[in-house]
Amino acid sequence: MSVSSSGTLRAAAAAGAAGGPGPEPDRQRAPGQRAPTRRRPRRPASPVLATLATLVAALTVLPVAVILVRAGSGPPGEALDYLVRPRIGELLAHTGWLMVLTVPATVVLGVGAAWLVERTDLPVPGLWRTLMLAPLAVPAFVSAYAWISVRPGLVGLGGAVLVTTLAYFPFVFLPVAALLRTLDAGEEEIARSLGVGPVGAFFRTVLPRLRPAVSGGALLVALHLLAEFGVLEMMRYQTFTTAILQQYAVGFSDVRGSLLATVLLVLCLLVLTVEVAARGRARVARLGAGAGRRPLPLPLGRWTVPAVAALGAVVALAVVVPVAVVARWLLVGTRIRVEGAGLGDLLLVTGSTVGLAVLGGLLAVALGLPGAVLLDRHPGPFAVLVERLTFLASSLPGVVVALALITLSISLVPGIYQTALLLLLAYAILFLPRAMVALRSGLAAAPPELAEAARSLGQNGAGVLGRVVLPLAAPSVLAGFVLVALAISTELTATLLLAPTGVETLALAFWSATAELDYAAAAPFAAMMIALSVPLTVLLRRQITS
Amino acid sequence: MSEVRLSGVRAGYGDVEILHGVDLAVPSGGTTAVLGDSGSGKTTLLKVISGFLRPDAGQVQVGGRTVAGDDAWVAPERRGVGYVRQDGGLFPHLSVAGNIAFGLPRTGIARRGRAHRDRVLELLDLVELPADVAERRPDQLSGGQQQRVALARALAPRPDLVLLDEPFSSLDTALRTATREATARALQASGATTLLVTHDQGEAMSFADEIAVLRQGAFGQIAPPRTIYGEPVDAHIASFMGEAIPIHGLASHNQFRCALGNLEAAGFVTRGAVVAILRPEQLRLVAPGEGSVDARVSRVTYFGHDSVADLELVSGTPLKGLRARVVGPEAPAVGDTVGLWVVGPVRVFPG
Repeated sequence: MSVSSSGTLRAAAAAGAAGGPGPEPDRQRAPGQRAPTRRRPRRPASPVLATLATLVAALTVLPVAVILVRAGSGPPGEALDYLVRPRIGELLAHTGWLMVLTVPATVVLGVGAAWLVERTDLPVPGLWRTLMLAPLAVPAFVSAYAWISVRPGLVGLGGAVLVTTLAYFPFVFLPVAALLRTLDAGEEEIARSLGVGPVGAFFRTVLPRLRPAVSGGALLVALHLLAEFGVLEMMRYQTFTTAILQQYAVGFSDVRGSLLATVLLVLCLLVLTVEVAARGRARVARLGAGAGRRPLPLPLGRWTVPAVAALGAVVALAVVVPVAVVARWLLVGTRIRVEGAGLGDLLLVTGSTVGLAVLGGLLAVALGLPGAVLLDRHPGPFAVLVERLTFLASSLPGVVVALALITLSISLVPGIYQTALLLLLAYAILFLPRAMVALRSGLAAAPPELAEAARSLGQNGAGVLGRVVLPLAAPSVLAGFVLVALAISTELTATLLLAPTGVETLALAFWSATAELDYAAAAPFAAMMIALSVPLTVLLRRQITS
Repeated sequence: MSEVRLSGVRAGYGDVEILHGVDLAVPSGGTTAVLGDSGSGKTTLLKVISGFLRPDAGQVQVGGRTVAGDDAWVAPERRGVGYVRQDGGLFPHLSVAGNIAFGLPRTGIARRGRAHRDRVLELLDLVELPADVAERRPDQLSGGQQQRVALARALAPRPDLVLLDEPFSSLDTALRTATREATARALQASGATTLLVTHDQGEAMSFADEIAVLRQGAFGQIAPPRTIYGEPVDAHIASFMGEAIPIHGLASHNQFRCALGNLEAAGFVTRGAVVAILRPEQLRLVAPGEGSVDARVSRVTYFGHDSVADLELVSGTPLKGLRARVVGPEAPAVGDTVGLWVVGPVRVFPG
């Protein structure tokens, strides 16, 4: 997850939006911001800043440490016995099959759609660009509920692959489309001038450069699959995450839970390592200065109709089906229920969800600030280390983070267990990278040069902050806050484990209704989650076109 | 009186010292160009004067007031030093008027751009921009216009000193000249003392009353342009200031004996083996036999307003880099044999 590869960054921007763990998103360039013309000399960070950043990084790494210590605390023989049971092998195989089928499917779908939208003369590309991101507005477990309520036979691997592919392919589409837009026409034209046909030119000059974007997107899909709980539980498809939660439900053995979590952790590290290898070290940025030119779109000709039909089918399956099913259950619900009580309940739950989302977003922004300042103003090995630690911890499944916080709070600070504070802390750890990335792009929009210019013109520290830094950084910081808040408002896994008794969120209310197979009761909460997530699509679309 | 005075200033980042004790005085109302390659410490020098870097030793005075050194420290915003950067550094969230009025005192609740309307228009006029750019956004301006707005913004609070950090180097050639001339006129009209930092010799010579050559964090020579070009203190500055042909020979009295004959010498004339620096424009091409020595033209590079002829001595004595600058249509053809005549004295340095 290096900062140097724009593809991975873009990929992570997608993660920044969707509901799961993910590594670092993009550094957007703010309007009017110019590329730095020369490198700033490194200034050592102040001890206070360094200490704060280290504390935040330590907080995010804490779950990993707790899980490992806990898993190693039992008798070694017992742990080994537990891990070599056929049950673990079965879980591994399930996880493996899901990854092997879904990851390539999302890559094919994501790259294909991005190429059609950005490189061909597909009609109304702007509309398709939005539609290809629209699946992100439908939480995956809502989509699973929609499918299972109309096709109960879909349970198992097939249903799991179908729903996760449709829900997660935008993670590949987003970085690939963004990269395709920035690629210059020059290289394709040079290839053509050297006697290579249009298709050959695409395969030999464009495709190799998509590698980091594709591998970054695939990484996000893989991490989401490892962390996925809602979809797989509904599809009755057992993986480590669902097994941990079941174990927790039937009577919690934290050593066993930690052992399972350790396996999950190892799988995450494995995925991260594979991604680093797959991304390669090749330089993908355009060489040389000067304005880039967009290539002429490739004429689709008689392939126009099949292309539109294919993309239309994807939209139908990924967006239209879930939304239509939710709408139908809403209608069913209003017919069978006496109106009034349902609405009040919905508003109450929405209120507490929004409250948690706002507080969690604020906490994440506050915790992300030291690291972001460190990275933007004092880049260096220390800053990179802080960044890597934060992102690594945050790419862990919510269930691991939640388990670790439970273990930690019970044994160290019992007072905090079953409080909203612990839940907010979990959200902050899970979504910290989103906040940090947004803060960094905000700070980058207000570079020290502008602050210096303001000081030369007679402004003191407060004046510089109020008149230059804040106005310039505000849009990015706000976007980061919104991304975190939206992610929180549809978070299910950590919320299930950590929500204090009596606290109800949209995801929890939806989940308990579907657990009782009361699909009509679940529909209002699903509809509200979709409505809340619509801004996400808008925010993310800007990352492709800006 | 000097507007800026630096004495024994040492400065750097962390353990890396970049300025190794520099002394500089810019007279009030004067224009001094600091000329140096990248990495010579030019920007560091400006940061020390403007107050964004504390010197590790030495003293900085602006307008007779000590702003750094001797336990004194004046914050950047209280120094009254205008600063124009290479990229303009305009605030992207403010209009042109908002940018220019940024450093002017706040006046109640009135919008800054309106409150200082007259001053903004006056400054736009000073930097030779039309009044209708006032409401535009910085990203709607060309590079040259952005630089002019940056200058207007720096001049708005009427600073006594303006620092220019390579303000023209991001502009293309034609725009660079026009912007430079407009800047010079605006600065002269404002009466501000100016310190220009640049790596472009022509820019330094045409812009400034005085040039300070900075190399590896110390000044090599500080003198008016004519002096620094015609009477450089060493061979390095001679070739840094313009094209120079090094010629080895023997000096005695005011004579320099070399492959081009006996030439008039100036500078640090000692007896014995020395190096002389000859500028290509000092060589005149005459008919064969009429000069002090004959040469053959091996190559001609045509520039329009003049040409450069690469030359080889007919005698066969190797003389690396021998070339003459020939004005206008008088350029010789490749293969011609010409006589060479040296105009004016050559600068001589210890070999």
